[in-house]
Amino acid sequence: MLELSLHVLDLFQNALEAGATRIQLEIVEDVAQNRLSISVEDNGRGMSREALARIDDPFFTTRKTRRVGLGIPLLKAAARRCNGDVRVTSKLGVGTRVEADFERDHIDRAPLGDMTGTLLGFILTSPADGEACDIHYTHRLDGRTFTFDTREIREVLGGVSLMHPRVRRWMEDFMERGFRDLYRNPSF
Amino acid sequence: MPRLESLEDLRALRAEVQEELTVRGETETVITVGMGTCGIAAGARETMRAILKELEDRDIDAHVKTVGCIGMCADEPLVDIKQGDEPRITYGNLTAEKVPDLIEEHLIKGNVVEGWVLGRLREA
Repeated sequence: MLELSLHVLDLFQNALEAGATRIQLEIVEDVAQNRLSISVEDNGRGMSREALARIDDPFFTTRKTRRVGLGIPLLKAAARRCNGDVRVTSKLGVGTRVEADFERDHIDRAPLGDMTGTLLGFILTSPADGEACDIHYTHRLDGRTFTFDTREIREVLGGVSLMHPRVRRWMEDFMERGFRDLYRNPSF
Repeated sequence: MPRLESLEDLRALRAEVQEELTVRGETETVITVGMGTCGIAAGARETMRAILKELEDRDIDAHVKTVGCIGMCADEPLVDIKQGDEPRITYGNLTAEKVPDLIEEHLIKGNVVEGWVLGRLREA
């Protein structure tokens, strides 16, 4: 994938398909140690030991629409070519945690990319009716932290949809300002 | 970052939007974007953002949602448009740069863009 945020969106889709109602996304950029890590933890149905053992196999998928599942293998390839790796832990009935880490300044490390678009893509997938899935996103960089929590936003909004155009614009603006603040004086 | 100030803005926005909602009816147009691994890799997120932008610029009321893979990975990005009782139209290879023309033809002029159609489905 061209951006790490596209892998994040892919992990979100997996979590939603697993019936998650709460996803925790944590991105940590440690400039001194030259590491970037992304972890996505959900409270979905989790995977059996057998399914977990086959997670790297591109020809293993639980879906019926096609015979391949490339999400995790692609992420693993992306992490490994940057001297990093992917770890997946899962427990049936509890949830799944996927953690990928990268050498931050590696020449092959894809940019994080459009996180705002990724979060919008996630919000559009949440069921319009039925139980909504919330996301809690924390991004740390050199002692600064950006937080985005849809539960908090939903509470303020009452019955108004997260996808109302004006709410969407507010979220875009909120995230843009948040990222600007996070990446000010980047220590490259 | 002025987080609390920002949430205050959101609170004010909510009050305005709620008033608006009582006037506005439900939309009959649903646009669905495939967002499986295949769709994402083919540019579905950019297609989705282009659709949102186009709807906003033209002030069109439509419900946009994303779904997983339906098995036609080679034709991603896939976009479905369903309007009222009309058949559901599936468009393939719908990259972001095609979005303005699609919205213009299908939603404004009411013409299905035949060259981009993969299939149509009449739902029971």
